[in-house]
Amino acid sequence: MSIRNRLLISFLLSIPLLVEMLGVMLPGGMITTVVLSSGVMSIGGGPFFVSAFKSFKNHSSNMDTLVALGTGTAYLYSLYAAVAGLHVYFEIAALLIVLILLGQWFEEITKSRASNAVEKLLGLQAKEATVMRGGKAIKVPSSEVVVGDIVMVKPGEKIAVDGEITEGSSTIDESMITGESMPVAKQTGDRVIGATINKQGSFLFRATKVGSDTLLAQIVELVSKAQASRAPIQKVVDQVSSVFVPTVLIIAILTFTVWYVFLGAAFIDALLFAVAVIIIACPCALGIATPTALMVGTGRGARMGILIKSGEVLEAARDIKTVVLDKTGTITEGKPVVTDVIGDEQRVLEVATALETTSEHPLASAILEVAEKRKLTVQKVAAFTAIIGKGVSAKLSGEIKYVGNRALFVEHHIALDSFSAEIERLENEGKTVLIVGGDSKVDGLVAVQDQPKATSAEAIRNFHKYGIHTVMITGDNEGTARAIARQVGVDDVIAGVLPGDKANHVKALQSHGKVAFVGDGINDAPALAQADLGIAMGSGTDVAIEAGGIVLVKNDLQDAFLALRLSQKTFGRIKLNLFWALIYNTAGIPVAAGIFSGMGLALNPALAGTAMAFSSVSVVLSSLMLSRTKLR
Amino acid sequence: MNKIIVLMSTVLLVGLIVWWFFGKRKVEAVTATKQGDKQIVEIVVDGGYKPGVIELERGMPTEIVFIRKDASACFEEVVLPDFGVRTHLPLNKPYTVTIDPKEAGEYKYACGMNMFFGKVVVK
Repeated sequence: MSIRNRLLISFLLSIPLLVEMLGVMLPGGMITTVVLSSGVMSIGGGPFFVSAFKSFKNHSSNMDTLVALGTGTAYLYSLYAAVAGLHVYFEIAALLIVLILLGQWFEEITKSRASNAVEKLLGLQAKEATVMRGGKAIKVPSSEVVVGDIVMVKPGEKIAVDGEITEGSSTIDESMITGESMPVAKQTGDRVIGATINKQGSFLFRATKVGSDTLLAQIVELVSKAQASRAPIQKVVDQVSSVFVPTVLIIAILTFTVWYVFLGAAFIDALLFAVAVIIIACPCALGIATPTALMVGTGRGARMGILIKSGEVLEAARDIKTVVLDKTGTITEGKPVVTDVIGDEQRVLEVATALETTSEHPLASAILEVAEKRKLTVQKVAAFTAIIGKGVSAKLSGEIKYVGNRALFVEHHIALDSFSAEIERLENEGKTVLIVGGDSKVDGLVAVQDQPKATSAEAIRNFHKYGIHTVMITGDNEGTARAIARQVGVDDVIAGVLPGDKANHVKALQSHGKVAFVGDGINDAPALAQADLGIAMGSGTDVAIEAGGIVLVKNDLQDAFLALRLSQKTFGRIKLNLFWALIYNTAGIPVAAGIFSGMGLALNPALAGTAMAFSSVSVVLSSLMLSRTKLR
Repeated sequence: MNKIIVLMSTVLLVGLIVWWFFGKRKVEAVTATKQGDKQIVEIVVDGGYKPGVIELERGMPTEIVFIRKDASACFEEVVLPDFGVRTHLPLNKPYTVTIDPKEAGEYKYACGMNMFFGKVVVK
């Protein structure tokens, strides 16, 4: 029988007993009382007794042991009292059962709300997809889409699997996966993520990841693993809970003996103190204090695109003193863009574009991007030569042209003239300057920079607001690094670091306190592992990253800050819950034992039952509040 | 007279509780049975996890079949933190948990509320 039905029946049977307590005589007298309370004990309380007995046989004990002993004692004494013609306490036993069931029922409702993050994620999955097969569009279940399938997506439809757009464009709501609240514009060649929702446009995409390889499937796997992980400070709780129940039983027996033998209390008064001790001490709240907070915290993270991999991560996030941020791709966009063009813009860009078209240098792509945007025609060049470490040269309409750095122009004795000052200014801003010119003079300059992401400066301000020291680490030269650092406002810069040395720098910083490292999951894996807390920036399609305790789905530094805050908040909540649970369970015991009864502070068994029932509920509610706590 | 009896029973009861619950006991261990390229072991959930210790061979995919016979809410969930498993156990219906014990060692598992414990030993 479900807890709800047991509660309902027990409650109905208890009503007459409560009425009787107010002095109303029940028809049938004592017999009615015995029958009703026996009904509550067997229907409502039966399962407690069965479970208590089973675990007793197994040399172990649980909260059912306490419920069974507490209510059983009150019930059995009342049976004896009924025969002996003494005052009975059937209503106490029945009321306790009702209250405990009420607590369990509330707990059941609230706990399922706390633990359904994974179900919610699974629910995001698209049910079916329209796939082009044999030249026809047919609807198939999402699970039957295979890699390489061309999938058609209409406005308002859910995207079935991960893939790449082959035709058409649209805006897509990716909030459910990445936490990004604004719809994202996508066109041919862009990646789409399964379970996101297409807004206006129609498009075709080629499936690249299906089944358990999709981003959603990976997220589900990560979240369910995190929710099963050992919760922080668990060891303490483990030790407490394994000896808790037998210890409580001993305390209850001693309570009875002290009151009855040494303080001369009446037999029944001493017994009721013992019953109150047993009831108040039910360790339910203690048991659910950590797992529920862990579930709510990791669940909220998953909705924001922040994947916390285990409970231990939360403990690591506590008192982080320094955050080390990788520059390229973490603080900055990770690809250079043209920021300034000096001289005759049109002419300078035309020459640069013509010469860089065949180049594979990363700076070339920045120039070509601008050319494409401005719809410049790419002119043909002859005799193209790449001069390693300096630049390129080629013949453009019969005239020799150069695009490259200062060294290239010095070598060919071309005077920089008035451009010298400009070059210096741009380089001071941390930009890479490409000089464009002919055989006799310089035509102009193109400055290129890997620029900070729009949210980076704000994220760094947020870190500072919470007293966290920020350090930028990069392989770039000091000048470029400082310029970016000034733009986003980081406290310190470590420049000119070889990729393999990042972990050593993290280690050195760890001597001053706990360090978190934020970087991409592939190149920065050693540094992520070395740091007390590793936060890996996802590429947006792959979160199966081994390194790092936290993986971000979205490539946004603001999320790194939120991840740290969420971890700290969750850990704080676990501590708070444990504190409350321990207060309920242990501080309640002396009160229930009647130590303060001289001062008028006492708990009768019914009050103890109420306190016990609501202790677990309040702990679950406290965990649920985590999903609303402010993070900034 | 009554008081003397109560006092003596108190001492006796406390002694019994300590002996029953805290006394050192040998826990029964069962080795998983191999079936082709996997190993299978059954755990009955009834007032505890029986057997209390299961022994697995390292590196072999493992199916742990939980048979929950105890209706108590305490046994609703089983958590094997080292294997990333937290799952609900249906009542009186075998439920298979698949794990891959890659490294030798002793791994504790517990009910959802951390009150009952079992152990997986990987050799």
